Amino acid sequence: MSFEGLPKGSGNKKLSWRDSIYFWEILRGLGVTMRHLLKNIFHTDDMPTMQYPEEKRVYSDRFRGRHRLTQREDGSPRCVACQMCSTVCPADCISIDGAEHPDPTIEKFPETFTIDLLRCVYCGLCEEACPCDAIRMDTGIYEIAADDRKKFIVDKDFLLNNKTDGTY
Amino acid sequence: MTVVMDTLSKIGFMFALIMGMVVVLIWMERKGAAFIQDRTGPNRAAILGVRLAGLVHPVADVFKLLFKEDVTPANRHKALYNLAPMLAMIVAMATYTVIPFGDYLNVGGRTIPLVVADLEVGLLYILAIASLGTYAVVMAGWAANNKFTFLGGIRATAQMISYELSMGVALMGLVLIFGSLRLTDIAAGQGDLILGFLPKWGVVVQPLGFLIFLTAVFAETNRNPFDLPEGESEIVAGFHLEYSSMKFALFFMAEYAHMVVGAALIATFYFGGYQIPYMPRPFLEAHAGSLVTAKLVGVALVSFLFAMLFLRRVQREKGKFGDLRDNEPRLGMGLWLLVGLGCLAGLGLKPWGMGPEAASIAASLFQTTMFVAKVVFFAWLFIWVRWTLPRFRFDQLMQLGWKVLLPLAIANLVVTALVSAFV
Repeated sequence: MSFEGLPKGSGNKKLSWRDSIYFWEILRGLGVTMRHLLKNIFHTDDMPTMQYPEEKRVYSDRFRGRHRLTQREDGSPRCVACQMCSTVCPADCISIDGAEHPDPTIEKFPETFTIDLLRCVYCGLCEEACPCDAIRMDTGIYEIAADDRKKFIVDKDFLLNNKTDGTY
Repeated sequence: MTVVMDTLSKIGFMFALIMGMVVVLIWMERKGAAFIQDRTGPNRAAILGVRLAGLVHPVADVFKLLFKEDVTPANRHKALYNLAPMLAMIVAMATYTVIPFGDYLNVGGRTIPLVVADLEVGLLYILAIASLGTYAVVMAGWAANNKFTFLGGIRATAQMISYELSMGVALMGLVLIFGSLRLTDIAAGQGDLILGFLPKWGVVVQPLGFLIFLTAVFAETNRNPFDLPEGESEIVAGFHLEYSSMKFALFFMAEYAHMVVGAALIATFYFGGYQIPYMPRPFLEAHAGSLVTAKLVGVALVSFLFAMLFLRRVQREKGKFGDLRDNEPRLGMGLWLLVGLGCLAGLGLKPWGMGPEAASIAASLFQTTMFVAKVVFFAWLFIWVRWTLPRFRFDQLMQLGWKVLLPLAIANLVVTALVSAFV
């Protein structure tokens, strides 16, 4: 058999006599596994495993978590319903219905602002497209779970209040 | 009548040993595998916050499997399909009847041999029953009417035929040396010393035979590196693919029961069975008092050490979880303290001055403990090897069985025969 095109050393090498009786190499392998076992029994705390619900990994500040809508000082959404985010969204998960704002200096406001979290790909383009810094993904929430698909479609109130307790 | 009661209690002991070992082995397998692979392993299932380092998981498994739906394929062979898991377990249990777990026990003036059935052809019985285990696998594979299970069954048959031969021939060398097929004779013969310092264990007089037997036992029990009948990377789950619920659990338990059989056989044939090296029965009986005292003190010291370790955990892990699990270190500390204090209280009975009758019982207990310790060690060896070696390819398996093990076993037998005939 030839192994053209394969890197040197791949393919069936002829084993040396010592290797072909397996015995010493098996002993060496057993030594390796036993070393790991003993290390982990006596230094359990050094194990890389994280006990997840109790310990959580700390992500960087730039981590894109669940979205939130920022507020003006009076608590109303900063969003002006310009549709930039829903236009740029590659997953098409944002839908906004704009309405006329009572304040004449502000053109529009979102009457509804819903995000389908199941469609969202957490790319962050909505953040970048927003001219008013109205949508952000800086909550750091990544545990997004519910028992019904409908609960993943979140509305304006939810995004404004930015519940962090994980309930939907 | 007393004989019947004796036998029943011995069967009870063996049954408890197997089932207890199955639970412990499942735990050892999971935890050992995890530690070998730098993981923590099961540590979640808890009864009132007590997790026992994962020992509760087998209990949770049993409850899960008991309440699961028993899904069965429509075109199965009904009788064989139901018989296969039972047979797997029965065969595993039946092998134990001839394995001695001590030489004898003197109670109330009676001498009870510590073996369920002291057959004259014990070794042949083991070989015969052990190969019946394949029938369970083949029946399961065929009755489920599924290509993958069928392939698993075929693999098991081919593997069993290849390795049974080497196993039997390797054991014949041992029979030549100890001159008996009776397992109690073989175990008793291993209590002697060669040249006054080397225990006459099977592994000492038959090192090559031991390696062949060990390999064959791994193949017989379908454990890695010879677990081709269930090779999940090729034939899904092999022979037990179509089994679910408690029937699957029986196969699962039978695998571990077979491991305990394998470990007990290795211990009995090649590692002196119940014999404690350098401490034959008369020595044990003569020094039973001091040995028991030393053992109690030793166990007490180890218990206090464990209690100290738990004390460290109590201090370090205060309120770590915020639920019942926080009590666990304190409970562990209390338990080990109790064990240690119990051992010290046992010293109050003055074990160093015990009479000959108590000494005899203590000697039997020591031997049985030694046997169990050896079984646990070799069962651990099964697990250890499983998480070290990759699985053989089928042609490699056949090559090893027919071209390496069988010639070696025959050569070993011939050399042993010549040596025992002329020396």
